[in-house]
Amino acid sequence: MQNIIEQYKSVSEVNVTTWFEVGEVSDFPKNSGACIKYKTKQIAVYNFARKNSWYACQNLCPHKMEMVLSLGMIGDKDGVAKVACPMHKKNFSLKDGSNLAGDDLKIAVYPVKIKDGNVYIGFED
Amino acid sequence: MKKIVVVGNGMVGYKFCEKFVSQTNSKSFKITVFGEEPRPAYDRVHLSEYFENQDAKALEMASRAWYEEHGIELITNERITHIHRSSKKVSTTKDLHYKYDYLVLATGSSPFVPNIPGIEKKGVFVYRTIEDLEATLAYAKKIIGKSKKAVKAAVLGGGLLGLEAAKAVMDMGFEPHVVEFASKLMPRQLDTRASKVLQEKIESLGIHVHLSKATNKILGNDVITGMEFGEYDKIDVEMLVVSAGIRPRDELAKTCDLKMGVRGGIIVNNRMQTSDPEIYAIGEVALYNNMIYGLVAPGYDMAGVAVDQIVGDSKERMSSAIDMSTKLKLIGVDVASYGEPFMPVEKGYSIIYENKTKNLYKRINISHDGKKLLGGILVGDASDYNMFHQIYLNGLPIPEDAEELILGSRGEGGSSFGSVLDIPDAAQVCSCESVTKGDICCLINEGDCDNLGDVIAKTKATTGCGGCKPMVVDLVNETLKSQGKEVKETLCEHFSFNRQELFDLIKINKVKDYDEALNLFGEGDGCEVCKPALASIFATITMETPNKQVAIQDTNDRFLANIQRNGTYSVVPRIAGGEITPDKLIVIGQVAKKYDLYTKVTGGQRIDLFGAQLHELPLIWKELIDAGFESGHAYGKSLRTVKSCVGSTWCRYGMHESVTFAIEIEDRYKGLRSPHKLKGGVSGCIRECAEARGKDFGLIAVDGGWNLYVCGNGGATPKHAVLFAEQLDDETVVKYLDRFLMFYIRTAGPLVRTAPWLDKLEGGIEYLKQVVIEDSLGIAEELEEEMKGLINKYECEWKQAIENPEMMKRFKHFVNSDDTDDNLVFVPMRDQKMPKAWN
Repeated sequence: MQNIIEQYKSVSEVNVTTWFEVGEVSDFPKNSGACIKYKTKQIAVYNFARKNSWYACQNLCPHKMEMVLSLGMIGDKDGVAKVACPMHKKNFSLKDGSNLAGDDLKIAVYPVKIKDGNVYIGFED
Repeated sequence: MKKIVVVGNGMVGYKFCEKFVSQTNSKSFKITVFGEEPRPAYDRVHLSEYFENQDAKALEMASRAWYEEHGIELITNERITHIHRSSKKVSTTKDLHYKYDYLVLATGSSPFVPNIPGIEKKGVFVYRTIEDLEATLAYAKKIIGKSKKAVKAAVLGGGLLGLEAAKAVMDMGFEPHVVEFASKLMPRQLDTRASKVLQEKIESLGIHVHLSKATNKILGNDVITGMEFGEYDKIDVEMLVVSAGIRPRDELAKTCDLKMGVRGGIIVNNRMQTSDPEIYAIGEVALYNNMIYGLVAPGYDMAGVAVDQIVGDSKERMSSAIDMSTKLKLIGVDVASYGEPFMPVEKGYSIIYENKTKNLYKRINISHDGKKLLGGILVGDASDYNMFHQIYLNGLPIPEDAEELILGSRGEGGSSFGSVLDIPDAAQVCSCESVTKGDICCLINEGDCDNLGDVIAKTKATTGCGGCKPMVVDLVNETLKSQGKEVKETLCEHFSFNRQELFDLIKINKVKDYDEALNLFGEGDGCEVCKPALASIFATITMETPNKQVAIQDTNDRFLANIQRNGTYSVVPRIAGGEITPDKLIVIGQVAKKYDLYTKVTGGQRIDLFGAQLHELPLIWKELIDAGFESGHAYGKSLRTVKSCVGSTWCRYGMHESVTFAIEIEDRYKGLRSPHKLKGGVSGCIRECAEARGKDFGLIAVDGGWNLYVCGNGGATPKHAVLFAEQLDDETVVKYLDRFLMFYIRTAGPLVRTAPWLDKLEGGIEYLKQVVIEDSLGIAEELEEEMKGLINKYECEWKQAIENPEMMKRFKHFVNSDDTDDNLVFVPMRDQKMPKAWN
């Protein structure tokens, strides 16, 4: 079980080695999430139209190790973009992956780039 | 840099670390903690919850990362074996040596295992650590799996922990037997009569109790097969959990000649110092005032005193009067005891209320002059515990006629307690975290906090056992009110309105969608609370299906299916009234076989198909719809089922055709979205086989028509529906239901079912009758029109979805690949399959 989660480490934009194209802007529903596959990873991608931003994070909820975060509702807490896991409503920041309830379950987040109507996610591998 | 070594990483050892890091000069100390268990400290008080979820992480007090972040070295799986006081070192099982300037012993206690011949046999367990539980669980699986009939297991000890263990043993699938040496259960906390009430209650739940039994032998060859109490007195059991008290883990004190009690425990003074002033002892290993305190709250206090002595300004002392009051839920039964539960006659009087029909027992002990509450016991209903506890702790005045405390005041009908604000500021409200009333009120009065969440975040009140939550909520609300601030029920941080206000705002202003509502009446970008709440409001104003505003639907509504434990979904076609043709049954069977789904008949007389993946949902529904099925809305906060008995159609007792009417009503309200799920029932006679009184609306056939009942539900707090009107004809039933349901939908809070809604409705059922039957508000016609409008707009949302390619796009696991979720693992389960268990 542990090894599934170990492949998810946050990537910051400066360290990106691969910008992976995952589809067109119109493939992603507005103000909610969808899931993409990169190698063995499942990544949740959110078109946060209200904030005019895009976010990406691991699709794996670290609480029960199920691939469900792309199904969660997004929104904000005090202005910070967040996703609520559909299983038990744990809240994670989409900005840095931290757990907004203050416990230590965190998620990995990935940079998103939009170019010529296409969506790219940044990876280090 | 001074070195502190903490021996023991249990709850109290952890509390020492937590209080240590909050000290300003903690940076000038280096702290090393040793735990002999493999994992960091966890919540032993709630150990039995491990049986429910087997989630060790959920019990964790703090993660390893927390210790790292605060520069605390945590060494687990390592036991300290010696203390060398002359060189101020400790050594471990691996013979490693660590220097200390201050040593804190928080080694806790171990279960006391009485020396009974045969106690070493296989199948005998103790109940203290997660490992103990895992071993017990593994053994249970092994022996229960083999047996066709009920397997018996015993718990030795009928105290607090023993009863917790009995519940765990019952949850494992055993027939549980509690064996207690004393003549009553919970002998330390309860008097004989209270114990009897508790005993009768838990026996009714299936737990067998054996009192006054001294076990003289464990029977069996090398595996336990029974317990013998006397020559002809024995029981056959195949497992035993020993929970007969605790013994302090004081063996380290013997290695270095610290002063100890005659019966164990390391003697400490009120600074928590042992006979060596640089060595402290806290928690269940410490013998203070000649007592071992086996509760977590005094242990936490001791940790606070020790931290203050070593790192702080050394002013704190352990109080000499330690409050041993406790309140807990044992096997679902409230039990509480506070102050002096047993009252010798020379000290005071007792007033006792006992009601065996309700398994209730309340005892209060009053001083001779009738002015003070000295202690008491509550069994069956401990809702007044917080108030009694405060009155006892702070010597608050009590009513002249003390019996009013437990019987309520006569005539007035009000509570005999004043406002929570009458409690003195020094009163401890949360004993787990030592938070006083003053702490809470001060935060609000000085403007540091203006809501419950902030108060909890700042004080940690309610985060321990949670027993003080109602009082904390009251205190926060009352304090805010006293400042003239309005305590408003709001939806969430994005909307400062309640659901009813938003319903009206959206309707009157003809708002089209969620974003418009948020721009007009809210702020920020929404969340998982307001999105589904508004989705429900839009659905009950315009009858729009979840396909219209997909992004604001809860996951279930978004995919028109119930998400299950492993991220797959379940499918429930509507089977109105529970009536189904053989042909349709065959279709369900064929579909389930084709897609390899687990099938189960639900409580609402329908069939649930589990284990469908996202991309399979439309395929499954296409086949079902082609066979004439439609959505059963099992995933929505909406009408689920109208359950029926077979009625006069077949039954020799039936008065009316209950199936026919149930189908009519279910078809009428299908697809109706509401604040919470809605369930109905129709019974064809007063034998009530459809359990209509456990539903939000229920009909029972009587001579001359239907009796209508409203606002019942099953679930966590079952409520019988209340008689609303009698001997109605079909048409009047439908009219009243239209009005009643619409009125509820308009006025209830989000996720409030009809029963709690009625509880809070001012004027109660009589008011509801006036509104619905007598039309006291003059809105009856409007309610009926509104309902008819919604009914006419019904369409099956699954049909809508599969006929629209744009809507179909969402039923796919990956956007950029046709692969499916490779994280799914199913395991066999009786001839079918189930998701692999959570770790």
